[in-house]
Parts: sequence; structure tokens; C-alpha cells
Amino acid sequence: MTTVGVLALQGDFVEHQAALRRLGADVRQVRTPDGLRDLDGLIIPGGESTTFCRLMEDFNLYEPLRAVLKTGLPVWGTCAGLIVMAQRAADFEYPTLDALDITVRRNAFGRQVDSFEADVSIPALSAGSSRPFPAVFIRAPTVEEAGDGVEVLARLPADAGPAGGSPVALRQGPLMATTFHPELADDDRFHRYFLDTVQQQGRRSSPK
Amino acid sequence: MAVETGTETVKRGLAQMLKGGVIMDVVTPEHAKIAEEAGACAVMALERVPADIRADGGVARMADPEIIVRIMEAVSIPVMAKCRIGHFVEAQVLESLGVDYLDESEVLTPADEAHHINKQPFKIPFVCGCRDLGEALRRIGEGAAMIRTKGEAGTGDIVEAVRHMRAVWDGIRRLKSLPEDELMAEAKALSAPLEPLNETRELGRLPVVNFAAGGIATPADAALMMQLGADGVFVGSGIFKSDDPAPRAHAIVKAVTNYNDPAVLAEVSRGLGEPMKGLAAKALSQEELLATRGW
Repeated sequence: MTTVGVLALQGDFVEHQAALRRLGADVRQVRTPDGLRDLDGLIIPGGESTTFCRLMEDFNLYEPLRAVLKTGLPVWGTCAGLIVMAQRAADFEYPTLDALDITVRRNAFGRQVDSFEADVSIPALSAGSSRPFPAVFIRAPTVEEAGDGVEVLARLPADAGPAGGSPVALRQGPLMATTFHPELADDDRFHRYFLDTVQQQGRRSSPK
Repeated sequence: MAVETGTETVKRGLAQMLKGGVIMDVVTPEHAKIAEEAGACAVMALERVPADIRADGGVARMADPEIIVRIMEAVSIPVMAKCRIGHFVEAQVLESLGVDYLDESEVLTPADEAHHINKQPFKIPFVCGCRDLGEALRRIGEGAAMIRTKGEAGTGDIVEAVRHMRAVWDGIRRLKSLPEDELMAEAKALSAPLEPLNETRELGRLPVVNFAAGGIATPADAALMMQLGADGVFVGSGIFKSDDPAPRAHAIVKAVTNYNDPAVLAEVSRGLGEPMKGLAAKALSQEELLATRGW
């Protein structure tokens, strides 16, 4: 059975867990370096990125997570998860996990009053259907720059305000990231896409 | 292309991002920085913490916008602020400042004894206090996107927070045990709107995030509330009325993440200095209780 870890320091890890279980995966909440053993994939959820970083430091997770991100294990970060996976985060006082070749800006749309929903087209999910994905953006970051090795899976529609056209879903090999929250949508397609990647990759984080 | 702001999903969604976290009361930008560095997932910007509001007496109102704005400028985490129960103009003012969440709070002196704010038309989300399931569902019916159990703010005594959290879960367990044809009578008994009641029965939990508040002073208090089924905790006076706020704040954050791990709880509880002195909630007179404000 496929075992996917969900980093459970803070945030909406339970929603990811529920989506993965609906799709038949085994889920483990990860709070310690030991929890990273023998995983087929890992999700870093939404939440507060400063809180994540503080707790990754407290529970000695920085180095083990950086190591896991280099092994080729499929890892998916949503919103705060994307921020901590980025190589560069503007105006952020904490070190990141230094994995995705992107520059990210936190709270780039403004405050909560500017949080929004938008239908986003994600061709990689389609599999015979062009139905857009109902994307939920909560105090979302923007991706200001993405390196050559980063594939853009989806962009905000061009007419969606000042950040229109900016990337909202990305992939760099086995690493995936979204600035929105598929775990809050009534739509499991992104989680299925991630699990498909996990199964194709067929890799396991090695025991220490 | 439709981009929709202020929807139920984005209002409830921010609360979901706060789960498993600690929201701390702060009265200065310096406090707010300490809270952020300790790992708080949000701060509540206030003029006075509840223990001081209680000690000072008089009418407690929305904080000076100047203080709130300075706190918003000091940190990058979400900033909440409190308005009086029923004072929808304070709510409009706070919304226009751009605070991320509004707490229609019994800690301030109520402006309306009959009506809470109609929260639906606001673009920013509201959190409201409750003592039991019926009160939670009434607030959700008015548009609250997040609930917190009231506890008894400014006391450092956890007993009321426990009572209220247990009462909410008792109500939910009872709801789940009822046959469908008894739900209208249950809604009547709880004075609760039927729609969120049905949703709660189906989900086996409130349809919005539910934090604990009012009396949390130690890491063990915070973990107790988590084990009783809270999604996260508010700590008001418990941090900045203690001897040494920064380490205590940080310890409570670690305790909430590891609420089921007694070894971690023991470790983080060591050498924190004196917690806030506190007041036994039982020793308060009826007029001094904050939790009985609102309905």
C-alpha cells in the first residue's frame, strides 16, 4: 500500500489526510525526523509559514526534510508548503528547504479581505475533461520567478487582477507546488494526480 | 474571468490554515514580534489583555485603530481584532483597516443585548465565542466562519474552557445519536438553526474550525484543550501576564503541535517561570463573568 506522509506541525494537514484516504492511500502524520522513514510521498500542507519554520527548527526537521527533498521522493507543497519548499522567498526571515527553483513572495495579494476563489485550468489533470479546477487562494503567495527546470502546470487567468497570468501550480521533477489549496476544494483531482506521480515514481524514502 | 472574494469558503478557509496553532493576544508591536517569533499562527491586536480589562473595569471597546495598524505593520502573520457584541460599526471600521479576522467578543462590553452582528455581509471572516452547541450554531447561522469556546477570559483558570468544550462535543454526540425525525425538536431545544445543525450531524463536528479560549495559561492547559477536541487555542493574558512571556509562548506552540506526546509536553514545560497568577473562576461574582455575555 502507498504510504504518504503529511507534515503535521500546524495547518490544514487533516484535510490533505482526508483527501488521500478517500483515494485509498495510507497516511502518516509527520512531526519528527523518524516519521520521514519509509514514505512513498510527502505533502507539506497549508498553514502559517513562519510557524512551520519555527517548529521545523524546534524539532530538528530542516536537514532531514532537505535530504528527503533531494532523494527524488514526490513531495507536494500547498501555499505555506510551497513557500517553505522554495529556494528563494522574498522578505522572509527564515531559511527555507531550498528545493524548488522559484522565487516566492508571501501574502502577495494583500490581506484576508483579498483572499479569493477562481476557476483555474490545469491541463495536466484533465484526462479527457477540460473542467477547470475550483482553486481557493487564502492570503496566497505569488511565484515571481521560476527556473528553467520548473514546469508551470497552471496560471491565474490573465484577467485576474494584477497577478493575472502568474504561475499557481508548478512541477520540478517529483516536486510539486500550488499557491492554492486543492485540499479545501470539493475536488480530489489534484490529489489523484499527486498519487499517480507517487505510484509512477515508485520510490521510498530510505530508513536512516 | 470571475475572481470571487469574501466567499464562505475563503472565510472558513483562513481558519483552517490556523488549525493546530496558537493565536496570541498582543497589545504592542513588540509583543506581536515576540508572538510571531515564538511561532504564533496569528495575533489578536488589543489595547489591553483581558486580565487588565477585568482589573480596570469600565466600558471595554474596540482598540484604537492606531494600535491595530502598528501591529499589522509589525508582523506578517494574520492579525485579528475584537469588536463589541452587536457593534456592527466597530466591525465595519476594523474591516476597513484590513484586519484578517474579527472577534465579536464577550471580553468587550456588549453593545447590544438582543442581537449579535449579522456577519454574512462582511467580506472579512468572524470568530465568535460559545458555551455549548446551540450557541455555536446560532453564531454560525449569523455567518461566523470560526468558533471558539468562551472559557472565562483573563482568569488563567481552565475550568470554564473545559466545561464549554465538553458541552459542545456532548451536544454533537447527542445530535449524532438522534434519528432524523427528531432533529427539528432538537433544533428547537437548542434554539439553533436547522441547516448548520444538520451539517454538524453529518460531519460529526462543527462545520467550522473550533478553537479553545479563556483561561489557558500553561502548555499542559493548551494540550488539554487539544485532547478535548479543540482545533487550536487562543492564549490571551496567559502569555504576557506571565513572568517570562517569550519562552512560555514558544512552549505553548510546541505543546499544541505535540498535544498527544507527554514526553514532549514535559520537556517544554520545564523551567518556564511563574505562569500568570490568575483568578479562580468560581470566586467571580455573576456580574464579573464574561462568558455569560451574549447568547
